[in-house]
Amino acid sequence: MYYDNFVLPFTIGLITLLVYLCVRYYKWIRSFPKIDRIKIRRGLFSRKTLVSIKEIFMESLLHHKIFKTNPVLGYMHMTFAFGWFLLIIFGKIESMVYHTSAFNPPYFAIFFRYFHPAKETFPGSETFAFIMDLILSFLLLGILLAVIKRFYSKMFGMKRTTKQRPYDLLVLTVLWLIFPARFIAESFSSGINGGGSFLTHSAGEFFATFLPLRNLSYGAWWTYSSLLGLFFLLLPFSRYMHIPTEIVYIFLKNWGVEQRKQYNGFSEIQTNACSRCGICINTCQLNNSCDIKDTQPVYFLRRLRNHEDFSVQSENCLLCGRCEAACPVGINLNAIRLSTRPDLTRVTKETYAYIKPKAQAETPAKVAYFAGCMSHLTPGIIRSMQEIFDKAKVNYTFIDEEEGVCCGRPQAICGNWKAAKVLMDRNQERIESSGAEILVTSCPICYKTFKEDYTLKIKIMHHTEYIDMLLQEGKLPLHKNDLKTVFHNPCELGRGCGVVDAPNHVLEQVSQRIPTRYDGKNSLCCGGSLANTVIDSQQKTKISTDTVKAYSAYQPDVIVTACPLCKKTLGKTSTSVPVKDIAEIVAAS
Amino acid sequence: MNFWGFNISETRSINYDTNDKDMLIHVLQEVPSCKLCIECGGCTAGCTAGRLTSFNIRKLQMFMKRGENKEIREELHKCMLCGKCILVCPRGVDTRKMILSMMKYIKNNQK
Ligand code: SF4
Ligand code: SF4
Ligand code: SF4
Ligand code: SF4
Repeated sequence: MYYDNFVLPFTIGLITLLVYLCVRYYKWIRSFPKIDRIKIRRGLFSRKTLVSIKEIFMESLLHHKIFKTNPVLGYMHMTFAFGWFLLIIFGKIESMVYHTSAFNPPYFAIFFRYFHPAKETFPGSETFAFIMDLILSFLLLGILLAVIKRFYSKMFGMKRTTKQRPYDLLVLTVLWLIFPARFIAESFSSGINGGGSFLTHSAGEFFATFLPLRNLSYGAWWTYSSLLGLFFLLLPFSRYMHIPTEIVYIFLKNWGVEQRKQYNGFSEIQTNACSRCGICINTCQLNNSCDIKDTQPVYFLRRLRNHEDFSVQSENCLLCGRCEAACPVGINLNAIRLSTRPDLTRVTKETYAYIKPKAQAETPAKVAYFAGCMSHLTPGIIRSMQEIFDKAKVNYTFIDEEEGVCCGRPQAICGNWKAAKVLMDRNQERIESSGAEILVTSCPICYKTFKEDYTLKIKIMHHTEYIDMLLQEGKLPLHKNDLKTVFHNPCELGRGCGVVDAPNHVLEQVSQRIPTRYDGKNSLCCGGSLANTVIDSQQKTKISTDTVKAYSAYQPDVIVTACPLCKKTLGKTSTSVPVKDIAEIVAAS
Repeated sequence: MNFWGFNISETRSINYDTNDKDMLIHVLQEVPSCKLCIECGGCTAGCTAGRLTSFNIRKLQMFMKRGENKEIREELHKCMLCGKCILVCPRGVDTRKMILSMMKYIKNNQK
């Protein structure tokens, strides 16, 4: 039997960690709503599980998405995750080949070089020694990069590295020490007994020239084992909880579990799956334009995890979704933020009782047009849409021409779901009584909530999609002109609802669209978002000014957007370049 | 006793000593931009809720500043939080945040 007391810290740490994780995940999953637990049961033995395994390989080990954002950062994360993984796998294979049995205690593979008398060879022992040394050198290089990153984060294309608590720094140090400790322990053993390969063998010979290795080697193994054990014990309370949690999250996500309106166990799992890579810091315009550095998901989620006060951070967010689109773990950042906003309303029979239902339409029109509250402040958009409907000879009815009702999303994004629900129900009745087959709206905020929160059975389109459809069907006469345009995709439309191609198609057909690096889901927020109730009007103006600057750099004749709120906000700060809605461009062509 | 079939308006004198300025203090702390209001009424003119019912956000702000909170408690829930009023305001008052802050105050100081 291969055993020595020094394996105890490692073994105890590992067992404690595994038991703790099982209990924790079980508790979280038990708090899911029933429908999500059923989804897990259904998904367990389906193709989704295989998809998840592939995704875990690509993301948790190779960190393919971080690679795409930032190769150096990706390499660093990959060496850690994939390197350690390979070390474990090859170590296990090596020990199995040597021992000719799959059943050896877990510590045996980890401390193989201690138990294996180096002079005794076995099939492929040289190759194994070489591979293990190679992986170890990759890992050591990764640590070197990590240390450098801590001090020179610019090199990684990041303006700042994530700020840490003292506890996290302790765990970080332990993690960084693990592999150097392994290196030292293995080289010392090699210096005494031989064995190892290019790295540990040469290092062993070198150390042997001036160190009393016989006295030091045993202590080095104790150190290595203790560091591992300590790391396992500290892990659940540190950021490294993201390693196991991300794996669990990928499974749950693929099985169809959703982030709902309430903050529940699934939110906790996502909160813990954040690796604090810091990518969200640099995408956030509150950071870049207003120098607000405590509200980005990495900090917000940390507050949630550590049970610190997060009431301000919860509200201090545009819900623009730029961080969510960039997050390599794919956490539902907007939904989580929203779930932490308290409901301030108390709903009674009186609530919005003044909204009277509309009479059923006698001859239903084909299309119902819902401009949205904000569009009434930009009459140009409404006029253009009416022109377009007329040109295409569409039989339409204007739902909120007079006495419109708010779609309810502005209430919802403040957490006031109860009042929002009343508005939604009232509005839905009005829309349904029109008898139309298609609902067209000019406001992406309304559009998102019509699609996600209403239970309308008719087709819902944003006017960009509708115009695109009219053009494709040849119902709208077209005149391409020389106007140079850039398209600012509103947050709620592009990232929020995935409408990316339609506006681009339309603009390409009526103008000279200049592609920008902010196209599609990379668009910038106009700053006017109703979701942020913390920043003041100067800060909003700052964001909007920076956004206008970014788009104007492409020297367009006009900045085109597709949202009345964006148009208003950008229009206020854009002094040299006019800001227009896509409907206005189409109507004028 | 109303003998004549019409009412006499209540007295409009404001007693600044007895009125309740607590809500105002709370709201001004959270939304300092309220101090900029010139009572132009733009917010009310564009108000979505105001088109459907008698709801006057300019008046509610004025009441708050006078420390007369009764009507605010009765009326505020009519607002839809649509945010149109922010865009209309020429003085940059964050009216929507003011309303949220009033709501919070009312919720926390339930009578
Ligand atoms: S939220 Fe996503 S992007 Fe931000 S630090 Fe966490 S994992 Fe990285
Ligand atoms: S949603 Fe937008 S404003 Fe909010 S944290 Fe993410 S990037 Fe920043
Ligand atoms: S629009 Fe602005 S300045 Fe005018 S009354 Fe309303 S809050 Fe006051
Ligand atoms: S947010 Fe309220 S007060 Fe302002 S315009 Fe909308 S309904 Fe009126």
